Amino acid sequence: MAIKEIPTEEYYLPGSAACPGCPATMALRIVFKAIGKKMIMIVPACCTAVIESLHPNTSFNIPTMNIAFEAAAAGASGVEAALRKQGKDDITVVAWAGDGGTYDIGIQALSGALERNTNFIYICYNNQIYSNTGIQRSGATPKYAAWTTTTVGGKTEYRKEMGEIIQAHHIPYAAQACISYPEDLYKKIKKAKEIKGPKYIEIMAPCPPGWRFGMEKTVEMGTLSVETGAWALYEYENDEIKFNGISKLLLEEKINPKPIEDWIKFQGRFRHLFIPKKDVKKLKEIQDHTNLIWKRYRKCYL
Amino acid sequence: MNNVMIDTGNYIAAKAAVMTQPDVVAAYPITPQTTLVEGIAKYHETGEFKGEYICVESEHSAMAACIGASATGVRTFTGTSSHGLLLMHEMLHWAALARLPVIMCNINRVVGPGWNIWADENDSISQRDTGWIQFYCSSNQEIFDTIIQSFKLGEHEKVSLPVMINYNAFILSHTSMPVHIPTQKEINDFLPKRKPLWNLDINNPITFGNIILPPEYEKVRKEMQESQENAKKLIKEISKEWKNKFGRYHGDLLELYECEDAEYILLSMGAIGAESKVAINNLRKKGLKIGLARVRTFRPFPKEEILKISKNSDLIVIDRNISIGMEGALFSEIKASLYGKSDSKVYGFISGLGGKDVTFQDIEKMCEKVINGKANDLEWYGLEGV
Ligand SMILES: Cc1ncc(C[n+]2csc(CCOP(=O)(O)OP(=O)(O)O)c2C)c(N)n1
Ligand code: SF4
Ligand SMILES: [Mg+2]
Repeated sequence: MAIKEIPTEEYYLPGSAACPGCPATMALRIVFKAIGKKMIMIVPACCTAVIESLHPNTSFNIPTMNIAFEAAAAGASGVEAALRKQGKDDITVVAWAGDGGTYDIGIQALSGALERNTNFIYICYNNQIYSNTGIQRSGATPKYAAWTTTTVGGKTEYRKEMGEIIQAHHIPYAAQACISYPEDLYKKIKKAKEIKGPKYIEIMAPCPPGWRFGMEKTVEMGTLSVETGAWALYEYENDEIKFNGISKLLLEEKINPKPIEDWIKFQGRFRHLFIPKKDVKKLKEIQDHTNLIWKRYRKCYL
Repeated sequence: MNNVMIDTGNYIAAKAAVMTQPDVVAAYPITPQTTLVEGIAKYHETGEFKGEYICVESEHSAMAACIGASATGVRTFTGTSSHGLLLMHEMLHWAALARLPVIMCNINRVVGPGWNIWADENDSISQRDTGWIQFYCSSNQEIFDTIIQSFKLGEHEKVSLPVMINYNAFILSHTSMPVHIPTQKEINDFLPKRKPLWNLDINNPITFGNIILPPEYEKVRKEMQESQENAKKLIKEISKEWKNKFGRYHGDLLELYECEDAEYILLSMGAIGAESKVAINNLRKKGLKIGLARVRTFRPFPKEEILKISKNSDLIVIDRNISIGMEGALFSEIKASLYGKSDSKVYGFISGLGGKDVTFQDIEKMCEKVINGKANDLEWYGLEGV
């Protein structure tokens, strides 16, 4: 599809309190367009509660309820059940949460809602960090990325593969997308909207203050995450994974990934791997780990 | 015509909840609440309960789901106990601040460690400041009637707050008693449809609960306080209406028993309140001028009503809970209600913690100790003896 086929209606209004270059707002704009006005959104504690702007104002032209940090999927379950009871089956219920609210504190409620076959779309915008509370590690933060409370060296653990945890729930549809590919994101959301049952979509969302890069580089950071294989675009349907876009070419080894260093060298959170001198060993470890993940992807999904 | 059902507190609560025709019930099992939710699930199977039943994976999610459902404007119900209630704590605040009238039964049970499933009111007492209205029941009939009344109260536009109906583990939850059940039509006539203060509506896309600044937030708190004050008036009206329609009355904020000429008035809650009536009868037979004021609502607290009954009487308070580092919660609240306005003495007993039985003989002993001038300000009954 072409970008011009995306509807011109805007449900994401001016006056938001987001940082300039915010990836969450880019994603929200596309999500709203793809679903349209017949939607209700549940938002747990995360940057989005700020992005919405100050009460009594709002930057969303979509009915939205904020809920506690770990409760997005459970709150959405309640909304969905109540709409079903009222015969309002044409309204799409969306839980919209950060990686902290998804990978960490909210994983129980999410898993429960998926297992209960809740008819909703759960969207995680993954900026790989707790941004709202001033940059702390999450289960989605990659190894060696630094945050405000690390002193040296950054995170000592690898990130979780949330996508694979989701697949273990055997839901009808899941996908990974990235803010740098709006048509792809649009298509995936649109598709999810038409499927009954639980849907999970995770969006790679490079965050300028969280990753420490210039606000003009958000889209580039997203593109590089895909081109280096730090992030994969795929769809999961009927227990089958289909990689798409550049990720498909990488999976099929039709193109070579860019070195992971091309992505991380722009990010201040990895600065200690380059200054005072390049830490070749750690950079190699990150590259090797990425290669290993893709080796497994090929074994499982090719 | 009234139909009599002989069943346990939990099955009676399930019947009451189903007769209010809630749209969504979300619950998670915990002893001694399990038979309540099993009861509702059974009515779901038979089709008597036509709402949606969500088998959530935790109590935190149960309350979150009720909040989500209630935010669309519909009627919601749940039940829990002890650790389940404590796990909900964050969402209890959320429901109240969001002004969503979720109605919930809490079966008062001990909090661990060690594991103990018997009656103790520390679970709900520790939720005192969440903004919920709290009732404490002393019979299965009262459980039934209070559940129906709570929907009318909580959903009333002048209240719009969640309501917790508390009753003691096993003493009520698993004890069968005969209960008069009105017809569905009678309940429908009594209970109007909910008119929400706000709701999630695609034709009016509001954002609820985003960042709020101090002046606006303070207003929300003040409105909640005013709503609890409104509830005081409404509880009286609703209990009166219930009495006129169904001939049953359990009191309003207080249930007064033999208080007219009383020199001493005993105050207690829940099942101890029921046992206290027997004690009062016996003490009266001995010629002692003593009455009972059973506290039905811990929130809103019957401050004015207690001040009124203290005019000619000293007060004896039994708490099946303790605010560690202070004293029994009811004892504290009662003294605060009298402060600077009454000369009557107030005596407090902690009794029945951990589910220890509190019999009418025990209650008589506590009262006599006060009347004989032997009681200290605060006593642990049964632990050190009286
Ligand atoms: C129970 C609870 N614990 C902690 C917090 C504080 N808190 C609010 S948002 C947040 C991090 C959110 O991270 P994420 O979900 O990734 O969203 P982001 O801020 O990155 O948008 C934390 C820790 C909270 N609101 N509630
Ligand atoms: S911290 Fe990141 S995700 Fe949060 S508002 Fe700013 S740019 Fe957006
Ligand atoms: Mg985040």
